[in-house]
Amino acid sequence: MKKKIIAILQNVALLLYAFYAIFPLVWLIILSFKHDRDMFNTTFIFTPTLENYRALFSDGEYIGYFLDNIIVSFGAIALSIVVGVPAAYALARFDFKGRDGIAFTFLSFRFAPEILVVLPLFLLYQELGLYDTYVGLIWVFQVLSLPLLIWILRGYFEDISVEVENAARLDGYSWWQVFMKIVMPLIRPGLVASALLSLIFVWNNFTFSLLLAGQDVTTTTVAMLQYVASDTVHYGQMAGAVLISSLPIIILALSIQKHLVRGLSMGSVKG
Amino acid sequence: MATEVYEKLEEEQLTNKVPLKIKMRPFIILGPAFLLTIGILIPFGMAIYFSLTNYSFKYADYVFVGLENWLSMFTSANFWHSVGVTLTYAGLATLIETLLGIGIALLLNRENFISRSLRIVLIFPLVIAPVIATIIWQLMTNNSVGIYSDWLRQLGISNFNWGADPSTALFTVLLIDAWVFTPFVTILVLAGLRSLPKAPFESAMIDGGSAWFTFKNLTLPMIMPMLIIAVLFRLMLSLQMFDIIFALTRGGPGDTLMTLPLTAYTEAFTYKELGVSLPFMLILWVFVYFLSHYIVKYWTYTQNKASGK
Repeated sequence: MKKKIIAILQNVALLLYAFYAIFPLVWLIILSFKHDRDMFNTTFIFTPTLENYRALFSDGEYIGYFLDNIIVSFGAIALSIVVGVPAAYALARFDFKGRDGIAFTFLSFRFAPEILVVLPLFLLYQELGLYDTYVGLIWVFQVLSLPLLIWILRGYFEDISVEVENAARLDGYSWWQVFMKIVMPLIRPGLVASALLSLIFVWNNFTFSLLLAGQDVTTTTVAMLQYVASDTVHYGQMAGAVLISSLPIIILALSIQKHLVRGLSMGSVKG
Repeated sequence: MATEVYEKLEEEQLTNKVPLKIKMRPFIILGPAFLLTIGILIPFGMAIYFSLTNYSFKYADYVFVGLENWLSMFTSANFWHSVGVTLTYAGLATLIETLLGIGIALLLNRENFISRSLRIVLIFPLVIAPVIATIIWQLMTNNSVGIYSDWLRQLGISNFNWGADPSTALFTVLLIDAWVFTPFVTILVLAGLRSLPKAPFESAMIDGGSAWFTFKNLTLPMIMPMLIIAVLFRLMLSLQMFDIIFALTRGGPGDTLMTLPLTAYTEAFTYKELGVSLPFMLILWVFVYFLSHYIVKYWTYTQNKASGK
């Protein structure tokens, strides 16, 4: 009997938290299908409409923010992969002087206060003409994605036994062939997962896009906030816009579930 | 053939007589990453330099003023208020998220339908951008269409103004911060719980240890490594929280939520005083740097312990 009561109480506690965590998202979905005239009687009973979504996609504006976001995110991740994979391999495989110091330097950038990086960059970008450009944002976004990639991938490389590589070398393959044909396929799942996780971080970034861009290049987070600040607020459209900008990342997160723990803890917890 | 290759391999294990080409290999491979890193270091150097000048976005030229910005920061009431708000925010956010995160992880670790089905769903808020999360909560709590405000009104509470009222502003940002980041602690702790060995817990059951006794003496020490990492991560990032506060109140109402990042932002972009704003961020960076140094030390320690070095 006592056990039963405890189990019930536990379920109640969990469901209460679940309500706190999930209800805003449920409400968001409901709002996005509500017509503006149904907004002010906050009930669950109304005739759903696709009007909000139609309005969102009727002009190219909203889609433009999305494209901007995709360009800068994918650019930053591509750059990080090209540079980060070899770096992670070197940090995992070679024993050389100052290795740990270098690795920690990379790591410390993960916790660099964003505003501190932004203030001088704002100045520098104005001088160099990088302000409000794709290149400028891509470059600053890899500040977020590179440390993440290097640290997570380093762990994946360390998981591969060096014997595998040595055996292939004995068979007469060059170092480069071994790396491309044996090592890379082995870490592919880890690479995909960490790239997608960095993508989530970059996609969600706000500070950099707010202060280093905003007119020509506007990412979704900045666009949403401007949308809220503008006085003619269509709540239904806003809910739809927020929902659509968050859906891709929720789907991404679900697709890399298995690697999430490892990625979020920068490879320190092998979940 | 094989012996030749093997000799070469032996050499590559970095003995003392390795040809320079091979010895340089790691540095060559690291080269591009280094270049990018140096690129990141430039802004840091600039930040320190400009904090010693009276640089302002209003004028083209500037002069070197030495430690003037630093001294005026340390003697201003604003700064100490800001430090207080920053520490309060980060401390409370970390505490709430840690306790709640552990509790939820323990509940999700049970084997029943509710726990199993909620395990993945509950991490959704974590991947939503903090700014977007703030907008969602504004939709929930605004005066005309906010369903939460409506429910409060039905409960007879009509003067609850969330972020707009100095007395509830901190509560509101913490509510949003906890909404986004509690799952972070939860999934790390849950991963720890799921990797625990079964045997000690079975013996504790047989010996009739209470649930609290088992948690305190078995579970907690075993999940400690994950927990410490989760806590320190949250602490470092909540000390720098900008997005949620900016999106909700811009640091207001008044100066209620003027944390160090918000103060630096306001000095630089509202008052156009870059030189004045930089020390606020630099001091935070020094603090966070020492914290991260501590993380790294702890990390190396746990990893070495795990690999039995």
